[in-house]
Amino acid sequence: MRVWRFDANVDTDALAPGAYMQFGVEVLARHCLKRLRPEFCQEVRRGDVIVAGSGFGIGSSREQAAAVLVHLGVAAVIAPSFGGLFFRNAFNLGLLALVCPQADEIHDTVSSNHSESGLTVCAEVGYVEQQGRKIQVESTPAFLLEMVRCGGLMEVLRKKMQ
Amino acid sequence: MNAQTLAQKLIARAAGRASVSPGEIVTCRVDLAMFHDSSGPRRLKPMLESLGARIWDKDKVVLVIDHYVPEKDEESRKIVRIAREWALEQALPTVRDSQGICHVVLPQTGKLQPGMFCVGGDSHSPTGGAFGAYMFGIGSTEMLSVMVTGEIWLKVPETILMHWSGRLGAGVMAKDMILHMIGRFGMNGGEYQAVEFAGEAVRALSMQERMTLCNMSAELGSQVGLVAPDATTLEWLQSQSPSARAKQRLDSTATEYALPDYQHWCTDAKANLLARYDFDATTLGPQVARPHSPANVSPVHDLAQQGIDLAYVGACTGAKLADLAAAAKILQGRKIASGMTLLVAPASQQDLDQATRAGYVQTLSDAGAQWLGLGCGACAGYGSSIPDQARVIATTARNFKGRMGSESAQVWLASPYTVAASALTGRITDPREYLS
Repeated sequence: MRVWRFDANVDTDALAPGAYMQFGVEVLARHCLKRLRPEFCQEVRRGDVIVAGSGFGIGSSREQAAAVLVHLGVAAVIAPSFGGLFFRNAFNLGLLALVCPQADEIHDTVSSNHSESGLTVCAEVGYVEQQGRKIQVESTPAFLLEMVRCGGLMEVLRKKMQ
Repeated sequence: MNAQTLAQKLIARAAGRASVSPGEIVTCRVDLAMFHDSSGPRRLKPMLESLGARIWDKDKVVLVIDHYVPEKDEESRKIVRIAREWALEQALPTVRDSQGICHVVLPQTGKLQPGMFCVGGDSHSPTGGAFGAYMFGIGSTEMLSVMVTGEIWLKVPETILMHWSGRLGAGVMAKDMILHMIGRFGMNGGEYQAVEFAGEAVRALSMQERMTLCNMSAELGSQVGLVAPDATTLEWLQSQSPSARAKQRLDSTATEYALPDYQHWCTDAKANLLARYDFDATTLGPQVARPHSPANVSPVHDLAQQGIDLAYVGACTGAKLADLAAAAKILQGRKIASGMTLLVAPASQQDLDQATRAGYVQTLSDAGAQWLGLGCGACAGYGSSIPDQARVIATTARNFKGRMGSESAQVWLASPYTVAASALTGRITDPREYLS
């Protein structure tokens, strides 16, 4: 998996700007993180991973902040800590959010300065791996992992109601 | 039974348990769910239809149309129309349309009571904590889940106690207290735990001021901000809804879900806390958050030379009656500086009516204020927007880059006292200079 690095305190206005909130996720996604890495929303590929500093997703309850990442194909977000609302929203939409105190040790693999190999995510066993080096992530409750497997809370509800 | 925090007691009741421990994951029954035109109908309607499901209990639902009103374009008209039509189609009993901002309007309905467990489709939902209710924000999909099941999971939080002794000085408000705390602990300082505000200075705050405090516990990164209910809470609830019994119990056949009297809703003396921090309100001066984070906080005098173009009195956290009164106190008999714009977006119809009767509206108009419609206004850049390049001082809750609709604008956050004083001079100004 390719890694896009971001600094600490990426807020929900950076992920889903308020000025575009009246539009659908396709339009919003074209402005996702543009303020911080203008190339991101153009060049991100399905299966890429975001690794950030602490406080990823602070701010609003708007779940579009997670929905745009799902729409763009981001497979997981890894950070030392998350905005609590974003953390819940991510799983609700089927996006894996992993708490990783040592996230700073994971390198960007997209910017041309780096030739590091990609990242392997093993959420079930609680680590990620880059260049043969295992970095611990906090364990995720089983029901949340199951929610990601199902593709989000809607699908969990759909199953329950059948 | 072990000593419990207020947060633990509120969660235990909603989970149908005698007690709960921090770190446990529990399922809680929801007493009240509030959402608005942005997070609500336009998102919930298609999901509900796709599941073929119904709302679990319409009496526990409150819809407030506040984000895209007054409608400025085709997109916002569409969003508001969906909300109105869906409210009719569902026959929702509690809808407030263009009456003001959800966090301010919700308690006015009389439906929010101490001891309740509530969710809101908005990040500033912890405002409900001012009433001794456990209330927090959730996204639309999770709101849909609450609509269908009436339940939600929760990891029982630890409690961080913010203890304020002494009394606030003249020209200093709850906004200064919360900005000071956000500046000290940062936007993730609350670690998604429960923050409880206590002490003499908090007890002395009016309900509206407590709402400001709890509202911006969101900017502290906590899940909830709580104030234990007291005589001030009950008095306010009775004044809003004289027919409602102040010590109301929930209508429920299941006795374990009945609400105990308000005295129960406090943190026990021996309860375990994650941390306790002590503050002296007496020595606190006006605080200002610099662009582009609510955590970039300085005392007002450190920014005294900063020029501004636009002063904004608005938002759930800055345009209630108490806020309009504070601005009027500064602006009484004065005019804003030439070249300055002062925009006022009252938080609710009730606040506007009361401010009109008290003469604050006339005072602000005479000083040069322009009035915006009732609603979220430019706070979140949804409906209105501020001009590009503008240097803005605002009573709002967030100053993220682009938050108020313009990427090139800079926003400083402050109390209505400080915003009003700054409007008089065209630079960031200590309001106490105008209170002597």
